[in-house]
Amino acid sequence: MDRIPILKLGNALLVTIQVDMHDRLATALEEDLTARIVSAGARGVLIDISALEVVDSFIGRMLDNIAAVSRILDADTVVVGMRPAVAITLVELGLSLTGVKTALNVERGMSMISGRGRLAALDADDDGE
Amino acid sequence: MAPDAHKAIAELLASQEDHVLREWLRQLKEDGTLDSGRIRENEQAVQCTQILRQLRQGAQGGTVDLSNAAYEPLRDTLADLSRSRALQGFTPRETAMLVLSLKEVLFDALARQHPDDATFLAKATNQIGLLLDRLGLHTMEVFQQSREELIVRQQQEISELSTPVIKLWDRVLALPLIGTLDSQRTQVVMENLLESIVQQGAEIAIIDITGVPTVDTLTAQHLLKTVAAARLMGADCIISGIRPQIAQTMVHLGVELTVVSKATLADAFALALARQGRAVVKVRPAAPAADAART
Repeated sequence: MDRIPILKLGNALLVTIQVDMHDRLATALEEDLTARIVSAGARGVLIDISALEVVDSFIGRMLDNIAAVSRILDADTVVVGMRPAVAITLVELGLSLTGVKTALNVERGMSMISGRGRLAALDADDDGE
Repeated sequence: MAPDAHKAIAELLASQEDHVLREWLRQLKEDGTLDSGRIRENEQAVQCTQILRQLRQGAQGGTVDLSNAAYEPLRDTLADLSRSRALQGFTPRETAMLVLSLKEVLFDALARQHPDDATFLAKATNQIGLLLDRLGLHTMEVFQQSREELIVRQQQEISELSTPVIKLWDRVLALPLIGTLDSQRTQVVMENLLESIVQQGAEIAIIDITGVPTVDTLTAQHLLKTVAAARLMGADCIISGIRPQIAQTMVHLGVELTVVSKATLADAFALALARQGRAVVKVRPAAPAADAART
């Protein structure tokens, strides 16, 4: 069965979803990720969904679950790169993923995880003022 | 044996076209359709000539039934005419009178042609009356339809024009909302905002509702939806410009906005800058007005 690769970057885990998610893939990812957070001692999980054009309520709930589980394991979850259409769909479905942090792209998500917060994320690629 | 109504029209228009046209135009003029200055006399004459010719064609098709194929050119002409009049701003009365004034003219001409045959005259008058009524209805239907299309188009244009997304500063966007926020507009607003967030890489979006006349539970829900969608994209929202009365109404209604809100756009902008670690500071005393004008 296909699995979504989980990359370790410093003390964070990076998951880039590039194929259409079906439900079994989502469940597998949830399990793999939980195991990896513990084994790698990760402090943050970055889920890049910029390639996803369709997100249904199941995937939405999966994102919420991952966030809840990693919070228990003391890791922040940041969902990055959500497309406008996907964001509108999720809101219309009533899933506003309140437990999940979000960022526009991987770079900003990464700076959020590395403990410097959103303010530092701005400085990281500042305009040199 | 007297001829049928359709034959009567055809004959009448064949033999007395000029007379009918002249009378008709006189009627229209008396009715004041030219007074508004929207149409010139000879332009109207051209239109009337065409209508008469096509009415004759229709009548030669052997029926007074407007849905018959013989009347198709006439229907099309009237539809075009009515549509263009609707767009030019003619009143419904002026448009309807164009067709209905022909009735009297035709009746007069008919009575003059068959002065002795009362039975036939009554029957023909009835049928021609029906035909012209239907023509009038057809005209008004198209007129109304064109007006409605115009309104729909204007609505779309307004909703597109009234939701601009403005870049206030690096990664700070402002969205000044003007007008009532219904679900259709929320959709447009949301799409515009989210697209701009992606394009500009925005971190903070300020939604200014100074121009929103009322905020009820539904409007609040729409606002919260927009905020939630922006958050999913990784941008924070600040709501600004809630007027005192609206704030009171919202509290009375029990509407809760679980978002950061500021009284004015300026306050919201200051907060946005502070979150980015920026501040606006005064670097020297304000220049006198005269100096400012020179530089």
